Amino acid sequence: MSAVLRRRPAVAIAKYAALAGYLAFALFPLYWLIKIAITPDALIYTEGTQLLPSSVTFDNFAKVILQTDFMAYFGNSLYVSLGTAAVTTLVAAAAGYAFSRFDFAGKKLLIAVMLITQMFPLLMIIAPIYKIISQMGMLNSLTSLIVVYTAFNIPFATFLMQSFFDGIPKDLEEAAMMDGCSRFQALYKVVFPLTLPGLGATLGFVFTAAWSELLFALMLISKNDAMTFPVGLLTFVSKFSVDWGQMMAAGVLALVPSCLFFIFIQRYLVQGLTSGAVKG
Amino acid sequence: MARIQLNDVKKSYGDVNVLRDINLDIQDGEFIVLVGPSGCGKSTLLRMIAGLEPISGGDFLIDGERMNDVRPRDRDIAMVFQSYALYPHMDVARNMGFSMEIRGDAAEARKSKVAAAAETLGLSKLTSRLPKALSGGQRQRVAMGRAIVRDPRAFLFDEPLSNLDAALRVEMRLEIARLHQKLGATMIYVTHDQVEALTLADRIVVLEGGDIQQVGSPLELYETPANRFVAQFIGSPTMNVAPVEAGAGGVTLGGSHLALPHLGDTSAAHELGIRPEHIDVVAPGQGMLKAMADVVEHLGSDTNIYLQVEGIGPMMVRVHGNIPARSGDLLGLNIQPQNAHVFAADGTALRAATALAA
Repeated sequence: MSAVLRRRPAVAIAKYAALAGYLAFALFPLYWLIKIAITPDALIYTEGTQLLPSSVTFDNFAKVILQTDFMAYFGNSLYVSLGTAAVTTLVAAAAGYAFSRFDFAGKKLLIAVMLITQMFPLLMIIAPIYKIISQMGMLNSLTSLIVVYTAFNIPFATFLMQSFFDGIPKDLEEAAMMDGCSRFQALYKVVFPLTLPGLGATLGFVFTAAWSELLFALMLISKNDAMTFPVGLLTFVSKFSVDWGQMMAAGVLALVPSCLFFIFIQRYLVQGLTSGAVKG
Repeated sequence: MARIQLNDVKKSYGDVNVLRDINLDIQDGEFIVLVGPSGCGKSTLLRMIAGLEPISGGDFLIDGERMNDVRPRDRDIAMVFQSYALYPHMDVARNMGFSMEIRGDAAEARKSKVAAAAETLGLSKLTSRLPKALSGGQRQRVAMGRAIVRDPRAFLFDEPLSNLDAALRVEMRLEIARLHQKLGATMIYVTHDQVEALTLADRIVVLEGGDIQQVGSPLELYETPANRFVAQFIGSPTMNVAPVEAGAGGVTLGGSHLALPHLGDTSAAHELGIRPEHIDVVAPGQGMLKAMADVVEHLGSDTNIYLQVEGIGPMMVRVHGNIPARSGDLLGLNIQPQNAHVFAADGTALRAATALAA
């Protein structure tokens, strides 16, 4: 790398400039979110485009937490997202393992069908899903959201898990079975510990997807006490005005679990755990 | 310790037969090497013995007990994988003691057994390392240690040295030979390297195209190969093979008659096989064949001469010691008749009737 820098400084500078440009573009909305959240209501319009507010307040956060139903939405979202992530990862891990290790009749067909489910825009299937859920009497329940999110995330999560299992040499399981393990013991003692990065990545991916999902939550939930957070955010938009400050403060708070989640799983995302298993 | 028998064992994937009628009787404590070119089915056979690959037909017995459908864990056989297959999340000691851990042996017993195996293999200082912090040779040792700690009825090795560099390969080969002497266990070893086969084996099984070509001690295979394939596969440098005209009591090649009284009837002869070390170089104009040296390799202990033989084509001769031959020199050649092999059109080696009976 240093050799590259020395020889082609112009290229290196261009690369960093491109990176910096991308980061500024990607992170600016996040900055604006935080900025509005800490700007006093009175200054939001008068200092509209200033990069820094002239005074800072945390009133918006206090109001969101104490005076609105935000904490309830937050709890609902947490329940739905964790539930979805857990169920999806469990099913996807089992399916991914089967796809990776076993040959069975209809495997190709099953994979094709799972791919097909990913082909259609969600809007196309919202009506049928609504119909199904309402006839099952599950409207306005958080469980219905977990079921729907799980169904929609399983194909992708399965392919993700399958690629992680594919990355674990088959020899390792066979060695474990030669060492006296049953297939399940080999799975539990050898494969599972090596799949932790994959499980972490899948959990994180599904959690984030469920956490920010709006469309189905909007359709299937109309009662206030079952609202998830993205739906709840819309309650800050009233007929005559938008409470920007509180909405942004709620948005900042909504980022917290996602950030915590990734801080927690990022050590499992570090690759290289399998190095040294086989010829390296 | 175990006697392993294979009776008419077969393997097929759908309509494709990869192994046909494999019959082998492996004695307790024997070191058997399965050797053959890639794709000959040798690794598949080993995996069938291990229980990792189902057996399509025939009987597989360990100590007289039919094991065809017994799970790998219950066959009490240890295997060293080509890739080593060390558990990357466990340190060396736990890798080696894993089988005892699964068996539920006491931690104390496990520790002492692992320590003993580590001592034998020179791994004592590395027991707390993870596999990724080991060199290739060390990983290989850990894989062997894992098998030793098992104390199994038989050891299987699947090309264990093919990922090592040449020097290390020689060292580990010796190590495996010593291990066999020390443990006296039944070992089955798969390789495509005939040097490993010749140096390690009590008996070699030569496989090709899903069939056993020959089973025998290294010397038997070298001296009396059953067919042209075995003759050319075993021995380095490779045996020269030249077409001949059959005659009574001998063959004619390159216009000269070669009497082969020890082979008896040679009327079915199609080709003659002669190892490079069994051709004598004589002064030009003498000897039964005329040749011109093409390339001469001076190896110190030996001299390899690649030459063009009049009326035959390219051949190779190995002369012990140094001779002052150079590229372009004319040489005379004599074939040692007692070391010549004659093959019929189907590749089978012709032998005198007495040799066949033996």
